Amino acid sequence: MMNNVIEVEGLTVERGGRTVLPDLSVVVPAGQVVGLLGPSGSGKSTLIRAVVGVQVVAGGTVRVLGEPAGSPDLRHRVGYVTQDPSVYDDLSVRANVRYFAAMLDAPRSSADDAIAAVDLTDHADALVGRLSGGQRSRVSLAAALVGDPELLVLDEPTVGLDPVLRRDLWGLFNRLAAQGRSLLVSSHVMDEAARCDRLLLLREGRVLADATLPDLLERTGTTDAEGAFLALIDRAEEAAR
Amino acid sequence: MNVHRTLVTAGRVLAQLRADHRTIGLMLVVPCVLIGLLAWIFQDTPVFDALGAPLLGVFPFVVMFIVTSVATLRERTSGTLERLLTTPMGKGDFMLGYAIAFGVMAVLQALVATAFAVWVCGLDVAGPLWQLVAVAVLDALLGSALGLLASGFARTEFQAVQFMPAFVLPQFLLCGLLVARDRLPDVLHPVSDVLPLSYAVDAMKAVTTSTAPGSDVLGDAVVILVWVVASLVLGSLTLRRRTP
Repeated sequence: MMNNVIEVEGLTVERGGRTVLPDLSVVVPAGQVVGLLGPSGSGKSTLIRAVVGVQVVAGGTVRVLGEPAGSPDLRHRVGYVTQDPSVYDDLSVRANVRYFAAMLDAPRSSADDAIAAVDLTDHADALVGRLSGGQRSRVSLAAALVGDPELLVLDEPTVGLDPVLRRDLWGLFNRLAAQGRSLLVSSHVMDEAARCDRLLLLREGRVLADATLPDLLERTGTTDAEGAFLALIDRAEEAAR
Repeated sequence: MNVHRTLVTAGRVLAQLRADHRTIGLMLVVPCVLIGLLAWIFQDTPVFDALGAPLLGVFPFVVMFIVTSVATLRERTSGTLERLLTTPMGKGDFMLGYAIAFGVMAVLQALVATAFAVWVCGLDVAGPLWQLVAVAVLDALLGSALGLLASGFARTEFQAVQFMPAFVLPQFLLCGLLVARDRLPDVLHPVSDVLPLSYAVDAMKAVTTSTAPGSDVLGDAVVILVWVVASLVLGSLTLRRRTP
């Protein structure tokens, strides 16, 4: 059993002439839900794209499950959910999930299980284009779950969801981790930190903290993730002065 | 490449089309309307018999070019293509899946348009009818393959739609319908010898004018097929797993 599912070293990414990630190094341990938190524009999506191997990188290495990110062998083992739901609006929920099941060589029957896991069984025959934004992003999640990946990489999967659904999805993420899956979940909602086993705080392409929430609160003398994040920024700015 | 993934992808594209009744209607009806108009404006003249068959090849070519390039561009802009390329799906599976799906539509379209031209508009065909249908299918397939290739160079829907005149109209001007190809200016003649629509039109002309056009049509069909395969291969090279 390997200890780290993701090992990023010296990763540098430039997008549109701007350095989004300058020399980033970070690891994600196996069997945990790791929250990638930070304001929008902090480089979360870029890091996630590099991990799943769709980002052109300027330097550094990204290893996932022991292989270079994006290697053919990883395509069965890593599930990726983009920030905007990437599913077909003109197909039903079931047709979408079945299609991705076929692409991932998963059994056809696994589609209904994945739909049930995101609580869309009642909408399985509905066209995705007719669903609400939150429902569509859950279809997108089901399309990744259906392949039963070892590592799930989710870019803001809970945006626009009501509190009950958010709680249910985080419950699902924690259950998956308990079954031995690893998850990297990005969010800009700081209160979701409480549901993560470990936190990566990202700001302007740099890791501000890599710790568990209790550690982070103790170190900063704060009571919630938002407070800890602000305290860390203040400290970093003082140190720079 | 994987046969199962290719066929499932073709099925998925067809399922998407099936949900869009208006697009299917337009794909089947528009070529008929154009051919009907052509027959009508040239009634009581021999012009329809001369132009009808070549245009039976050109209209499906144009329609399929637009539909395919927009469909694949949608796949790029919606993020589904990026997602698919993180799965074990091969680039060839994607291209061939689309080609098969639109190939099925091409057969339907060619059958409807040819039946309409021959039985409703009275198009005179000297050669065998099945060859007319076969060439029309090939032309539609050529439109799809070029559309797949063109969409690789388009970033927005506006660009994709404008590739139609850019890719298609020069071929139309040089394909021998307006001026016979051997009477084109010296520089343009060899250009028309390379462009695939010239062969589409030549094949259609051969089927309508000769009672045994087999070998002429076969030669033209081979050139068109080579273009189809080359476009699909080039098109799959425009699919990038990693993007900036």
